[in-house]
Amino acid sequence: MRQPRMSTQMRRVRGLGAARSGTGHFWHQRVTAVAGVPLTIALVVIVISLLGRSHAAVVQILGSPLVATVTLLFIINSAYHMWIGMQEIVLDYVHEDRWKLTCLMANTFFVFAVALASCFAILKLSFGV
Amino acid sequence: MAELEAGTTGSRRPRPLSPHLQIYKPMLTMMMSIVHRITGAALYFGMALIAWWLIAVASGPNAYADFTWFVATPIGQIVLFGYTWALMHHMLGGIRHLIWDTLHGLEPAERELLTMATLIGSVALTLLLWVVGYLAMGGPR
Repeated sequence: MRQPRMSTQMRRVRGLGAARSGTGHFWHQRVTAVAGVPLTIALVVIVISLLGRSHAAVVQILGSPLVATVTLLFIINSAYHMWIGMQEIVLDYVHEDRWKLTCLMANTFFVFAVALASCFAILKLSFGV
Repeated sequence: MAELEAGTTGSRRPRPLSPHLQIYKPMLTMMMSIVHRITGAALYFGMALIAWWLIAVASGPNAYADFTWFVATPIGQIVLFGYTWALMHHMLGGIRHLIWDTLHGLEPAERELLTMATLIGSVALTLLLWVVGYLAMGGPR
């Protein structure tokens, strides 16, 4: 006998499943992974170009529009990628509800703090205040 | 293999559970899958180092001097070297996973080759970057 569907037709059309997010994070992890390859290579080139330079030179290079933009993209892209990744790790290994929620919150707090601090620093350098 | 207690009714035979990591022979692809996750987690916490670096540059010469002092210490160098390797390994491993996502390179010989290429490539790239970095610093002093 066919099982009656408990979900409405609208829910079926949206295709987001019981977790209400569908495969959104899976796809975003791949998008940020693809973007991460050129951005990582660019960051490595930037860091090597800064080695051994004085503070004034580092400020000037990191604050220049192109370098600042690439570094900002690296930070924002990495922040989202690592937020999804750590969430996945937590959901795989932490099963007790209280611990799970604590870890998921800590993940969000850490990512926002680190990403905002990094972005703020780059913008400050770039606007030269 | 893990087994469940038999229920009070019906068969007394223990019911089998699905097999888990401990019953498989360790394989390279499996170990590298774990390493991909570990390097990802390491890079996650390593992001705090990048934040420190950027904040230090933005804060001024003294804060930047503190940062450059730390990365020049033996511990700082080990952290930085580990970070470089984790970054390269996670990047190459990510490319490998993206290739697999397109359903290419999944044959036994192909996946072993891709996995070995990730491992050798990450070590080679790390050493290359450190040599280039060392030369960029002005060579031996």
